[in-house]
Amino acid sequence: MGKYLKFFFIGIFFGIVLVKSEAVSWYRIYEMFKFQSFHMYGIIGTAVGSGIILLLISKAMNVKTTEGTSLKVPLKDRGFMRYIIGGTIFGLGWALSGACPGPMYILVGTGAFSILIAIAGALLGTYVYGLLKNKLPH
Amino acid sequence: MEYILQPWPWYVSGPLIALVMFLLLYFGRTFGMSSNLRTLCTIGGAGKRVEFFKFDWKSQRWNLVVVAGAIFGGFIAHYFLSNPIDIALSDATVNDLNNLGFSNVGNSLLPPELFSLEAVLSFKGILILAIGGFLVGFGTRYAGGCTSGHAITGLSSLQLPSLIAVIGFFIGGLIMIHLIYPILF
Repeated sequence: MGKYLKFFFIGIFFGIVLVKSEAVSWYRIYEMFKFQSFHMYGIIGTAVGSGIILLLISKAMNVKTTEGTSLKVPLKDRGFMRYIIGGTIFGLGWALSGACPGPMYILVGTGAFSILIAIAGALLGTYVYGLLKNKLPH
Repeated sequence: MEYILQPWPWYVSGPLIALVMFLLLYFGRTFGMSSNLRTLCTIGGAGKRVEFFKFDWKSQRWNLVVVAGAIFGGFIAHYFLSNPIDIALSDATVNDLNNLGFSNVGNSLLPPELFSLEAVLSFKGILILAIGGFLVGFGTRYAGGCTSGHAITGLSSLQLPSLIAVIGFFIGGLIMIHLIYPILF
């Protein structure tokens, strides 16, 4: 149990940040895709900017993980089709439901239980991808 | 405390999200929220029929714990750390949504037109959320990641596949909002 506690706290922190940043709000996602506010771009931009800096620093300082390995991000497989097609399908759903997976869970905590319908849909979508995986271009 | 209760500006929120990613990497894991959907399918028994779900889900328990924490964090933030105030949406957004038939725009996290009990009990309402969710679940596994895995982690580590995926996210989002929404609402 002890080794999981830190992940629980990271999760709590993540949930608080996404609510307080309003990134869990359907309205903010709509506004983002309408290019009518800098808010979401500012969040994603500063997240990526800080992420780049954190990863560069940890590489330069050869930071080790608590598991003793070098701290680095696993590389994504090469490819094009899966990323552009999968990404586009994801984007259609993100804009339609106004939530990506992280916010879907977090919204349950805010008492927005109707999002459970979207989560059920997401589980089904994941399952159907697993079924069709070998027939899809990757 | 006053500052915590107000909505947090983007230049505070963004770096804190990067910190979440970094902490997970520091503890030898990765930041990927949609992977949990696959794990949940496996726990539900999907591995008996489909190869993709045959893996030791216990190795992903830590990530389910992150989800449990995130749900609790959402609860804390919404009920104890939010001085109920409107979302400061741009005037153009409020105006556009009013024209689509939405009222009280930004007075809550989610529009009651889509998320209230009344809305989700209607045929159209339940379909919007179910299909939206389905596309998210299908698309994220197809693309190998969602906003956390590709947009935050992948772009932070300068990976081309993640850039392609994020471009895809925006192609899909723009098609939905600009071409499909006007038909739906």
